[in-house]
Amino acid sequence: MPASEYLRQSALAALGLAAKAGAGPARGAGVILRECAPRAQLCLRGGPGADFEKAVEGVLGVRPPLESGMSARNGDRTLLWLGPDEWLAVLPDERSEEVLSRLRDALAPLHVAVVDVSHSRAVVELSGAHARSVLQKGCHLDLHPSRFRAGSVAQSKFARCHVLLHQTDDAPAYDLYIQRSFARYLWSWLEDAAAEFGVTVEV
Amino acid sequence: MLLIHCPWCGPRNEDEFSYGGEAHIVRPAAPEAESDAQWADYLFMRTNRKGLNLERWVHTHGCGRWFNVARDTVTHRIEAVYGMGEAPPVQSRGGG
Ligand SMILES: [Zn+2]
Repeated sequence: MPASEYLRQSALAALGLAAKAGAGPARGAGVILRECAPRAQLCLRGGPGADFEKAVEGVLGVRPPLESGMSARNGDRTLLWLGPDEWLAVLPDERSEEVLSRLRDALAPLHVAVVDVSHSRAVVELSGAHARSVLQKGCHLDLHPSRFRAGSVAQSKFARCHVLLHQTDDAPAYDLYIQRSFARYLWSWLEDAAAEFGVTVEV
Repeated sequence: MLLIHCPWCGPRNEDEFSYGGEAHIVRPAAPEAESDAQWADYLFMRTNRKGLNLERWVHTHGCGRWFNVARDTVTHRIEAVYGMGEAPPVQSRGGG
């Protein structure tokens, strides 16, 4: 169940990002850092198999991608591949309860687990011409466009933390799903790593 | 650093993985019938060859799946990666 606005606090609240927003180099920043608004994150375990895939597609309108390291999207709903029988469904925050119960109903006859993990991770978007260079400072994945492009997903170690990386645009833009208790450390790490390219903060 | 081929994610650096000890250790079907020495052997004693070892690894900072690896502890060469429950495609070898 989503926490009320009153109880909910950003994992990055203590950094006072609103005060930093918009400040940055006079000419185009090489890197743009943005804290994303809370989104519903539902962990699906089950399948793979036609019954499971059809039931998930029936609720979300997205078929779980079976290829490792891939994602699938339909409108505001995205499924990220986490493992051969594990996906993360990402959708607008306000729809989490409704979609969660519809998924549980649709998948009830199958051997599955559907868990709301929305509050476990903060999401930070990294974009700009030098976004990939910043990522490569903290991560050994090959992020060259020939190997990793819009739609690609990977879990790996990033600056010594477990991070779920999702490239959302070839421009490029990346969503970093960061475990909540590591969020402040990783944000500071990213700001420092991006400084040489000129960094702008958006909230 | 080792480059380990996760059966699902492909080649990744060793620091994304955790080592799970020797593979293919079978729990005795009737523990109550084992002597203390046999039980201790099952629990604690491992082959630890100087050569090709059959090991369990898990892709902790990736897909989270377990699998088996045949790794030479002298050369660090990985000769095979295969699924849990599968028979090893190579035999372990080397000094005990
Ligand atoms: Zn993996």
